Amino acid sequence: MTGGRKLALVIDLDACVGCHACTVACKGWHALSPATTLGDRDSHGAAPEGAFLTRVHCYEIENETGPAQILSFPRVCQHCEDPPCVPVCPTGASHLRLDGVVAIDDARCLGCGLCAWACPYGARELDPVAGVMRKCTLCLDLPQDPSRPEDDSAPACVRACPTGARHVGDLGDPHSPLSRLVAERGGFALLPELGTRPAGRYLPPRPKDAAPAVPPLSPIAPGQGVRAWIDRLAGRR
Amino acid sequence: MRPAPSLLLFTVLSGIGFGTLALAALARASPSVWAAGYALALAGLVASTFHLAHPLRARFAFRRLRTSWLSREAWGAVAALALLMPVALADLAGGPRPIFWGMAGGLACLGTVISTAMIYGQLRAVPRWHHWSTPALFPGFAAAGGALIAMPGPWAAALCVALSAGLAASFVSGDRHVARCALTTGRVTGLARFGRVRSFEPPSTGPTWLTREIVTGRPRSRVLRGLAVLLAGVAPAAVLILAPGAVPLAGALHLAGAFVARWLFFAEARHVAGLFHGVPLAPAPKAALKPAPAARG
Repeated sequence: MTGGRKLALVIDLDACVGCHACTVACKGWHALSPATTLGDRDSHGAAPEGAFLTRVHCYEIENETGPAQILSFPRVCQHCEDPPCVPVCPTGASHLRLDGVVAIDDARCLGCGLCAWACPYGARELDPVAGVMRKCTLCLDLPQDPSRPEDDSAPACVRACPTGARHVGDLGDPHSPLSRLVAERGGFALLPELGTRPAGRYLPPRPKDAAPAVPPLSPIAPGQGVRAWIDRLAGRR
Repeated sequence: MRPAPSLLLFTVLSGIGFGTLALAALARASPSVWAAGYALALAGLVASTFHLAHPLRARFAFRRLRTSWLSREAWGAVAALALLMPVALADLAGGPRPIFWGMAGGLACLGTVISTAMIYGQLRAVPRWHHWSTPALFPGFAAAGGALIAMPGPWAAALCVALSAGLAASFVSGDRHVARCALTTGRVTGLARFGRVRSFEPPSTGPTWLTREIVTGRPRSRVLRGLAVLLAGVAPAAVLILAPGAVPLAGALHLAGAFVARWLFFAEARHVAGLFHGVPLAPAPKAALKPAPAARG
C-alpha cells in the first residue's frame, strides 16, 4: 500500500431506503463500454439472470424493547486490504491495486470461480455471457465520460443514490472528511474477525426516537371517579 | 455449495489416479496399473477444465505458484505425470527402475492431492471445509483408491478401513466445528447489537449465479453419510478379505462410496455469504431447509 491511500465505499444504513438505484446505476454505467458490460442471460425471457456488482438486502430486526425495524442493506465489495480473493487466483487476474482497489484483469480470468468462493461477502459474480468474474471497481476503470464535470468522479452508485447513503473517499487518511464521518457515526466493518481487513464501512442506523411518555389523564372528578360525578350531577347524592 | 459434476469427477478420479501412480512409483507395477493411474489422473484433469468458463485459458493457471493452491495443483499434476514417465517406461521394458524419478514423482503425486484438498481447505468463507478433515481425507481417498488398484490385498483393506474411520470422524468433528463458528445473519451484517436479524427480502427476484453456486445448503443426510462410510471403506475391505479375487467389485464399491462422500463434501458445505441471504451455516437436524424463492436453482 503506497502512501496509505485506501479508497473505500461507506454506506449509511440510516439513510438507505432500499430503492436499488445503486444496483441499476452500476449496471448501466458498466454497459457504457462493451469491455465492462455486465452480461445478462435470457434478459427478456422466463428466467433472466445477470451479473450485478451491488445488491440490496432487506432485513427485519426484532428487539425486546421496541417495535421491529426494517433495514435495507446494500452489499458490495469491501475492497479488503488483505483480500482472500486475490491469493487464490491461479492466473493473477484478480489483483490488489496500489490505491487499495481489488480488481480483475478479465483477459486472464479462467472463470474458475475460486475467488468468489473465497469471498465471505459474496461480492463477486460470474458474468453469464462473458464467462469471467466481475466485481466492483469503484468505477475507476471506466472510460471518462466527456459530459461529466471533472470533479464529479464518484462511482455511479454514489451519484445515483437519492438519499446520499453511499459515500466514497480515502479512508487511509484519518483526517479526510469521510474518515471523520465514519468516526463520528461509529462506522463498522463487516466480518473483521475473518482477517480480511475490509476497507469499506457501514454507518449504523441512528437510534429511533422513543414515543414521548404520556402522563395518564388527570381525573375529571377527583374522589370516586366518573360514576360519582354523574351521580352527583343527577342529584342522586 | 453446489456439487458441480465436473468437480466431483475431477477430484474423485484424479485423486484415485494420483494415488495409484504414487503407489506404482514405490514398487514395480504392471502395465495395467500404470495405464489405470495415468488414465484416471488425465481423465480427472480433463474433467476439471469443464468447470472453467474459459478452458483454453487454463494455461494461465501456472502463474501464481507462490500464493495459489490451484496453481500449485497444476504444477504438481504436470510434474507428477512427467517425473513418473521414465519409471513407467522402465517397468514396461522390464529394465532397472530409476529410483530418484520414482521418489520425486511419488512426492509430486502426494503434493498434487494435498494441493487439491487445500484449494477447499484454505477457504475461511466455507467453515466446513476450513478444517483438518479436508487435507486429511483427500490423501486418504487417494491412498485407499490407489491401493485397491495398485496392490489389492491386506494393506489395501487396512487403508480402506482407516478411510472409513476417518470419514466417520470427519462428519462428527466437522459438524461440531461448524457449530462452534456460531456465525449468524446478525453477526455477518454487524446488526446483531440492534436485535434479532432475519432476512426479510432477498436482493433479487430470481436465482443468480451466487445463489445457485454458493448460497445453497442441503440438509444433513445421515443415510448418505452412512452409505459413504460403508461403500468407501468397509465394503471394499470386506470384499478383499472374504473374496480376494473380486478386486473389481471392491474397486467399484469404493468408487461409488468416493462419489457419495465427495458429493456430500460439496452439498453439505455452506458459505458465509449465504448468511447475508438468510441461509444458516448449520441446518437444524432433520428439518429440510426451505430456500428463499431466490435461492431456488
